[in-house]
Amino acid sequence: MRIEKHPILQFDRGEKVTFLFNGQEMEGYTHETIAAALHAAGVRELGHSQNLDRPRGLFCAIGNCSSCFMTVDGEPNVRVCVTKLKQGMVVEEQHGKGVVKG
Amino acid sequence: MIRDVEVLVIGGGPAGLCAAKAAADSGAHVLLLERDDTPGGQLVKQTHKFFGSERQFAGTRGFQIGEMLVDEINAHENIELMTDATVLGMYEDGIVTVLKDEKHLKLRPVKTIIATGAAEKFLTFPNNDLPGIYGAGAVQTLMNVGGVKPADKVVMVGAGNIGLIVSYQMLQAGVEVECVVEALPNIGGFLVHASKLRRAGVPILTRWTVKEAYGNGKLEGVILCQLDDKWQQIPGTEKDVPCDTLCLAVGLTPLAELAWQAGARCEYIRELSGHVPICDENLMTTVEGLYCAGDVSGIEEASSAMVEGRLAGYAVAVALGYDVENAQKEVDAAKAELVELRSGPMGGKIRAGIAKVEQKRGEA
Repeated sequence: MRIEKHPILQFDRGEKVTFLFNGQEMEGYTHETIAAALHAAGVRELGHSQNLDRPRGLFCAIGNCSSCFMTVDGEPNVRVCVTKLKQGMVVEEQHGKGVVKG
Repeated sequence: MIRDVEVLVIGGGPAGLCAAKAAADSGAHVLLLERDDTPGGQLVKQTHKFFGSERQFAGTRGFQIGEMLVDEINAHENIELMTDATVLGMYEDGIVTVLKDEKHLKLRPVKTIIATGAAEKFLTFPNNDLPGIYGAGAVQTLMNVGGVKPADKVVMVGAGNIGLIVSYQMLQAGVEVECVVEALPNIGGFLVHASKLRRAGVPILTRWTVKEAYGNGKLEGVILCQLDDKWQQIPGTEKDVPCDTLCLAVGLTPLAELAWQAGARCEYIRELSGHVPICDENLMTTVEGLYCAGDVSGIEEASSAMVEGRLAGYAVAVALGYDVENAQKEVDAAKAELVELRSGPMGGKIRAGIAKVEQKRGEA
């Protein structure tokens, strides 16, 4: 859910775009990070831990902690909390370390 | 190709912005690096009004202070601001490497000010890795920068200033704040913030902690319990609190990695919340020409980070011979402001930490 009325802040969300999350079409805005757009859509599980495959969400939201790694447009280990959304992005939950394409 | 830089400032938060401006105002040429796409550091998400004196922007909201500082930086002809630029390494020969737009840059600064700030601490309990367990700063970023409602129902851990302020901000964003849990026997933050929460009907439970979290794929609730005066959990006091978000405001720890890497002497000082570079009174580390300002050399408030930034920036100007008389005056003024900010009962911890730094420095 997005905040529509706030006593102090106004939000300039940018343009509305669509993207794919695990193959499912979703909406978000260009001034939002991928993590914010997913969170607004109720998605909290972003990936899985490398060894025990436990679900992982974001923790710091400022690009520090690596908890929010996802595969974006085929590139693994993208910190979605600091990566802005773009039209047509393909965002996938990541299992394991991910594979860097050559 | 190696690029020569006169003054390099690493980090565009409150300390880095003020450091860059101070050095540039004195006549030095500054390159300011920020890893995010927007400068301002954590000021960008702070909607509360600051305390302190006029020079520390008292009465102005954090994000507005950030905007003012960034406007000054952007308008300054002696400052080049580079965003999306992450410092990767600081080498023995003084070379600093930077990742910028997938490119690897090499810089050779004459003077460097590290203002990399801090990271949020974590708490140990079963299932603490469930999605929905967030740092308080993360929640603040989601709602105040992203405009996203971070939770429906939240439990906050920590009744220091961050825990209290973020709890109140969540109320403003329409989140139901179930309670604030604090392991200490007393509320650590300013009572003015605690009172706002209490007036809104939010209980602040002192001597309570999180025993464990539960949920299938994401957080569904937490078990809280009481602590005795030896910090042990008291059996039989468990309370099951359903919630979709647990917010941790259990302190910050300095991001001093670059100072370590550059060979600066670092020591663990509990009162400063972690390993910190040992700096002299002008905030220079044990490496000649390498300075630190803000939370990187000890966790404090944004107000003191700004003054430290100014102090380091003017100290660098003096060392480089720019506008020396005035810059020295500003150095002295900043030192006096820090003494004032750290006086009073809330400054006890930081004063103890600084005393330890001075003692370590004497040991050499």
